[in-house]
Amino acid sequence: MVEKSIKRLYTFMIFLFLYAPIIVLIVFSFNDSKSRGVWSGFTLRWYFELFKDREVLRALYYTIFIAITSSLISTIIGTFAAIGIFGMNGFGKKLVLNLNYLPVLNPDIVTAVALMTLFRFVKLEFGVLTMLLAHVTFCLPYVILSILPKLKQMNRHLAEAAMDLGATPLYALRKVVLPEIMPGIITGALLAFTLSIDDFVISFFTTGHGISNLSITIFSMARRGINPIINALSTLMFIIMVSLLLIINYRTEKQEKSLVERR
Amino acid sequence: MMKIRNTAFPYFIWLGIFIVVPLFLVLYFAFTTGDSQTLSEFTFSLDNYKRFLTPIYLNVFYRSVWLAVVSTAICLVLGYPIAFIISKEKAKTRNVMVLMLVIPMWMNFLLRTYAWLTLLGKNGIINYIAGKLGFQELDLLYNDTAVLLGMVYNFLPFMVLPIFSVMSKMDRNLIEAAEDLGADRRRTFLKVIFPLSLPGVITGITMVFIPAVSTFVISSLLGGNKSTLIGNLIEQQFRYTGDWHFGSSMSIILMVFIFLAMALTSKFDKEKEGEGGGGLW
Repeated sequence: MVEKSIKRLYTFMIFLFLYAPIIVLIVFSFNDSKSRGVWSGFTLRWYFELFKDREVLRALYYTIFIAITSSLISTIIGTFAAIGIFGMNGFGKKLVLNLNYLPVLNPDIVTAVALMTLFRFVKLEFGVLTMLLAHVTFCLPYVILSILPKLKQMNRHLAEAAMDLGATPLYALRKVVLPEIMPGIITGALLAFTLSIDDFVISFFTTGHGISNLSITIFSMARRGINPIINALSTLMFIIMVSLLLIINYRTEKQEKSLVERR
Repeated sequence: MMKIRNTAFPYFIWLGIFIVVPLFLVLYFAFTTGDSQTLSEFTFSLDNYKRFLTPIYLNVFYRSVWLAVVSTAICLVLGYPIAFIISKEKAKTRNVMVLMLVIPMWMNFLLRTYAWLTLLGKNGIINYIAGKLGFQELDLLYNDTAVLLGMVYNFLPFMVLPIFSVMSKMDRNLIEAAEDLGADRRRTFLKVIFPLSLPGVITGITMVFIPAVSTFVISSLLGGNKSTLIGNLIEQQFRYTGDWHFGSSMSIILMVFIFLAMALTSKFDKEKEGEGGGGLW
């Protein structure tokens, strides 16, 4: 009995530790005072100020634009890459998979300065384009890694059967392979999207003058001290991220169920 | 399969231009000196490394590694029991708890760190409560403890999740066999459960240590100007000082250090058979 309550208490403490800062952040986004720690009444003022803040709105625009574009590009390149890599074997496959792992394992800051050096070297102007290229680069490995397992699960003979029955390779790809691996593609795309929205380090090094995403804006605001607008922003972002996560979670659960049913 | 091997071709080009070439450029910068404007006038030199080996920079490096080691250890001590507890729950509670571990991870990293500014600041909540209770105002922010706290807070789920996933896949029969053969709970844990959970522990250590040792965000937000880590040094060289050669050499040192540390860690992990990559590292 004692052991059980100790376990309960411990679990509670850990979750309290994980959630208390977030809850405080959310609660104080409705606080009618600039100074912390004191509750002085409910207000939506910070939300209104947030939507009037041009710096934040521009950052939001760039964040979403880059997240959509980079997840689209990385999903398309990544899907074809995964199919191609899956068909490879031997040393070449091993080499490519290891290179693919490099940005996943390397610390963000190393990937970031490496890309920064490249863009400087080829004299590309730092801005939206460089940030976009960098985002596609760090999203691609994750897209490929979410599609490869689906290809492994797929019945290898399906595509062959389709082609024996007269389908051209392209037709077989479109009608047989792609539908089979679609869940992996969508998971990869969503992963790329959220990674892109969340990224700070790589964006910070590859962006140019005056172009910033939400993370960079938050960083520069937070360095100046506490700002209730950030609280309002974090509340909104928290809600959006949690809903995205729940959607992904729901999807994978559904997939697992359908997999069990098929067997 | 079909003759579509070349569908990966665009990716190979991308891989070459944006992953392989940049790393070679960093390597090139790291072993040269010169005015950063004119690439052709670079000369081979080890000066950057000589500079790094002076006490100022070595201390920063030592501090970064130390803070990362301590935060990884704290994450392990806090995270292992919780992973164990969750893995023993019923399926339904377990799923909810795992989801609750994942949710904070999906909140923007900067916001999670920023949240602690609100809590620890001079007129933050903890100081407010302390003041109400009659204590003096505490200096909680802008020191190493705050940086450690930020690291543990941000990376704890990265420790718990891999350990949990190994534990939940553990063969129940092995534990029952140990119990049948007369092992008490302590012995079952020490001789069966803990050794079997090691792969998860190692993944967890990797996932906490790498971001912790290379961070510059946590130290610049919670550590103030006094707290400089290797990540901050690299950031300064690239963003402000403009000495890309020195910055590159520190990036290479960081990268090599991490790969060595990981190679050392994975030596303890016998079961690490590359599931389709990563084997080389």
